[in-house]
Amino acid sequence: MDFSDLWLTFLLTLDATLRLATPLVLAAMAGLFSERSGVVDIGLEGKMLAACFTSASVAYVTGSPWLAMFAAIGVSMVFALIHGFATITHKGDQIVSGVALNILASGLTIILGLSWFRQGGQTPSLTQEGRFLSIELPGADLLANVPVLGPLYKELLSGHNILVYLAFALVPVVWWVLYRTRFGLRLRAVGENPKAVDTAGISVNGLRYRAVLIGGVLCGIAGSYIAIAHNAAFTRDMTAGAGYIALAALIFGKWRPIGVLFACLLFGFLQSFAMRIEGVPVPGIGAIPVQLIEAVPYILTVVLLAGFIGKAIPPKAIGKPYVKER
Amino acid sequence: MTYAIQLQGIDKRFGAVHANNKVDLAVETGSIHGIVGENGAGKSTLMSILYGFYQADSGTISVFGNAYRFTDSQQAINAGIGMVHQHFMLVDNFTVLENVVLGAEGGYALAAGMDAARRELKRLANEYGLHVDLDATIDSLSVGLQQRVEILKALYKGAKILILDEPTGVLTPQETDELFKIFAALKQQGVTIILITHKLREIMAITDQVSVMRQGTMVAHVNTDATDESQLAELMVGRKVLLDVSKQPGKPGESLLKVKQLNWSDQHGVARLKNINFDIKAGEILGVAGVSGNGQSELLDVLTGISRLQQGSIEVLGKEFTAKQPFDAATMRTMGMAHVPEDRHKMGMITDFSAAESAIMGYQQDSELNAGVWLKPELVRQRCSELMVAFDVRPKDVQLKSANFSGGNQQKLILAREMERSPDVLIIGQPTRGVDVGAIEFIHQRILAMRDAGKAVLLVSVELEEILSLSDRIVVLCDGEITGRMAVEDADERKLGMLMANVQESHDPLQAQMQEAVQ
Amino acid sequence: MSRDRKLAWINGLLLPLLNVLTAFAATAVLFLLINVNPWEAAQTLLYGAFGYSEGVGYTFYYTTNFIFTGLAVAVAFHAGLFNIGGEGQAYIGGLGAGLVVFALFPELSPLVMIPASIVGALVFGAAWAVGPGYLQAYRGSHIVITTIMFNFLAATLMVYLMSKVLLEPGQMTPQSRLFPDNAWLPFVHDVLANFGIKVDRSPLNMSILLALVVAILVWFFLWQTRWGYAIRATGRNATAATYAGINQKKIIVVTMCISGALAGLVGINELLGYHHRIIMNFHVGYGFGGIAVALMGRNHPFGIVIAALLFGILYQGGAELAFEWSNISRDIVVVMQGLVILFCGALEYMYKPWLMRWLVPVSDSAKGAA
Repeated sequence: MDFSDLWLTFLLTLDATLRLATPLVLAAMAGLFSERSGVVDIGLEGKMLAACFTSASVAYVTGSPWLAMFAAIGVSMVFALIHGFATITHKGDQIVSGVALNILASGLTIILGLSWFRQGGQTPSLTQEGRFLSIELPGADLLANVPVLGPLYKELLSGHNILVYLAFALVPVVWWVLYRTRFGLRLRAVGENPKAVDTAGISVNGLRYRAVLIGGVLCGIAGSYIAIAHNAAFTRDMTAGAGYIALAALIFGKWRPIGVLFACLLFGFLQSFAMRIEGVPVPGIGAIPVQLIEAVPYILTVVLLAGFIGKAIPPKAIGKPYVKER
Repeated sequence: MTYAIQLQGIDKRFGAVHANNKVDLAVETGSIHGIVGENGAGKSTLMSILYGFYQADSGTISVFGNAYRFTDSQQAINAGIGMVHQHFMLVDNFTVLENVVLGAEGGYALAAGMDAARRELKRLANEYGLHVDLDATIDSLSVGLQQRVEILKALYKGAKILILDEPTGVLTPQETDELFKIFAALKQQGVTIILITHKLREIMAITDQVSVMRQGTMVAHVNTDATDESQLAELMVGRKVLLDVSKQPGKPGESLLKVKQLNWSDQHGVARLKNINFDIKAGEILGVAGVSGNGQSELLDVLTGISRLQQGSIEVLGKEFTAKQPFDAATMRTMGMAHVPEDRHKMGMITDFSAAESAIMGYQQDSELNAGVWLKPELVRQRCSELMVAFDVRPKDVQLKSANFSGGNQQKLILAREMERSPDVLIIGQPTRGVDVGAIEFIHQRILAMRDAGKAVLLVSVELEEILSLSDRIVVLCDGEITGRMAVEDADERKLGMLMANVQESHDPLQAQMQEAVQ
Repeated sequence: MSRDRKLAWINGLLLPLLNVLTAFAATAVLFLLINVNPWEAAQTLLYGAFGYSEGVGYTFYYTTNFIFTGLAVAVAFHAGLFNIGGEGQAYIGGLGAGLVVFALFPELSPLVMIPASIVGALVFGAAWAVGPGYLQAYRGSHIVITTIMFNFLAATLMVYLMSKVLLEPGQMTPQSRLFPDNAWLPFVHDVLANFGIKVDRSPLNMSILLALVVAILVWFFLWQTRWGYAIRATGRNATAATYAGINQKKIIVVTMCISGALAGLVGINELLGYHHRIIMNFHVGYGFGGIAVALMGRNHPFGIVIAALLFGILYQGGAELAFEWSNISRDIVVVMQGLVILFCGALEYMYKPWLMRWLVPVSDSAKGAA
């Protein structure tokens, strides 16, 4: 294998990394808003799955990926509202509510899919116009033959669909909103000390509802990406734990946008690396079990939570319903 | 005369608790007005109502002559009221500047508002001597500086009336002096200050008027010049019907509990117990008097193994414990110590448990109740009904949920649990808090019976009557220190009141300093 | 009726009942939405669960799993812990059961083999829970997140073991070789046949007795031993537990071990009782289902057995529904689980203010709403 082949392999691995990291980034940013406001969101998985199903169904019926995505966002927001209603209005347990939504989404998508499309719970395959397609950046083919940088531009940067670019463009926006706006300031405050926010005359519940709903929007986009951009139909439990990995990335990135972005990229890279080396013997070691690499995000998260590598300090008020106490 | 604040007939209930009962209050503009009362007297509730954090069930509020009905804090802020809470309302990982602008950011994007705020804060800092690094994060600041941030926060939002809830509770004496200098500067600029505290010395040192609350009602308004600490102490604690307790002279034996050089600090590093020394002999009751919140709870927790011993030693029945040999509540029980905690709902029982289950709490390992690991239910029930008979707990239903007994009967059940096993050392906190009069007499007799049976009893109570009628010797706690000790024959309420406020002589250097700071 | 009595009735009976009914009503709405008559669906469902002896067998077979995981979740709840890792613990418990079987001589008597295998399931299940328990107690790591991570770790570990280590030679599907006959738990239809009672073949095996015995043991443990007392005290009021001299860190670790061990028993019902080999994903859904069962059964073993039976009926009846109607699948049960967790768990007190206004007059509630 010469250098350019190796370079290309490397680029293709990174390219897959971006594709795999996209839903993680979107979902993790969703979780970031929710958890920074003090509401635990283990329902990322369920919201994404509901969005997957909605977008695939609407895209099939209307043929419009954009319409599909907006519908998916709507459904995901309804899930977010239920979570808010249970945990913010009724002070219910945030974990229990999240688990309920995940399970509900897992069952509901199959039941409705079966009833509407009669394909064993899947949605019919989409044709090209129902999906978000890859976008060739200008001059990608022209530059393809430029050594080193040409393939970098063509294989890695160009040729993704719009949602990939959207996801990565979102990160600085989230950073800006969180650290440079009034809303962000209040959001961070309410997750640390809701009483401080309340005594400053700001509605704790109002802020938390807004945060949870933003999470709904982002999970809607994430689900649409999985179903109608990365794939071309809905299949059973197709999020396959991406919501939980995003949650792990959120913890690993210590609830900060840039840190979370890198955690998502790391976890995405591990997935694409695992796919690439499957069955390929590594000199001197032999074949590395793919599962070992797949397990790294989970192991890293547990080790981090145990405080062995730095300390992930969550927002102080996370998980606690806000009750005005005497 | 103009009033900054006028409250009339403020009434507020929290479930069963009548926190404020038809409270009236008038605060003159530009004055420093003290509100004193014990913990739970309703001071903080009243101020939270004034600040719009709670809504009163009835009553009227007027600020600078205008009537208001606050439904949230923002409205109170707009009316010119600022509040510094006992537990600071600060976001620990935010900077000072971020904390101050929270809720008054001035626009959607932060940048412009932050710059304006920085300029305004510099002005305020110079005017009132409130200097603090605006870019430091809160968790890097001392408690005194954090409090300064709270004051800045209020002033920045345009407060003309500043309410401070127990502001000196967490401060060192030096920080307290600094705070009082700031008060003086604020008063000079025409800011009205309401100071909530239970420290009578501070009230005497810096206030113009003082209002006294007790059990949800306002019992007195006086000019500070026209009163003194012992009178205030009496007003706060209140005179109860003298309880008739017939007591034989004690026959103290050998020391069963010795406490030496005990020091203890809370998680914030604030010293809560300072150089505590005492001993209790068999057949003796040692009363610990003091206004609540002066280290009594901490003393109880450390003695009984609930909080970890940090410095000093505790000797129980000849066995000495130090910080190097940590012990827990179970160890103390096996040593022959029993503990009736101050708060029966938080600690003394589990309200969801049946009476029978609560009646064995702490003794669940007892070999008389267990066969191996089998905690035999009929033995547990039998134990409970024996306790119920011995202490006349009603109803005598061992299966009834603990929460469904009246306060007096809950307390009797706990006392029965701790006393019937005849411990050598008995530690009791607030034995009659929230207990009806009939039960009080009964409980007092039982405590005396323990003494007469040759047990060493430590009695912590905020009720001076109780201390005076039960104790053989008395120590007084103030701000975590023992400020006086005497035999009961030498004690009276006035003497104790002075010690509880830690004023022994007419000349008190700190008090003089405080007054100086105000002028 | 006194106020306390009324409150006890509201909290103990009325609210849980209303919550379950709401979950059922929401399911009925879903049926209408997909053009299925809920009444007919209920009839089909009940027929599938009880209409013929094979169906009954399946119903109780599923019930067994739900009893194990429901108890696992409930024990943790009593200590104030949310063990969401039942899935992983059940999976690894099955692995433990199988590994013990493979480690022993095939000729060993069932009287040794089966108990040893049960111990294997208990120990492996507990081992998968002790990590999160330890990290919660001594390092403050949130048990919900760590147990989720351990679920995924269990899944990846099993994929590896089943495809690389335990794979039966010459097989394509990832499954282990068959257990020796001596490790098989007797089927109920075989046992009954010995007594001359003839029922159709079904996967129902003697694990159901184990489940019932374990339910009684859990009840005994929680309410009749000093350890159970310590666990319940810790969960109800941590401050009071400290006062009572209870070591809460130890309680957390021990409770998680028990919880994990109980979940591990799913492996006995599934593998020793029916599949007779280690297979992939035999556990899927039972761990999460256990949350619904525990919430619905109010964390009491008796309630859990009843709730487990209900979910067993739904599981088996759901299969019948799927058979009868082309537009329904058994996932309807998953939906119901979600709704039960939502209404009996997260929205547990949704109706309370309303019930209080209606049943407890204001004059009463002023006295003791706190």
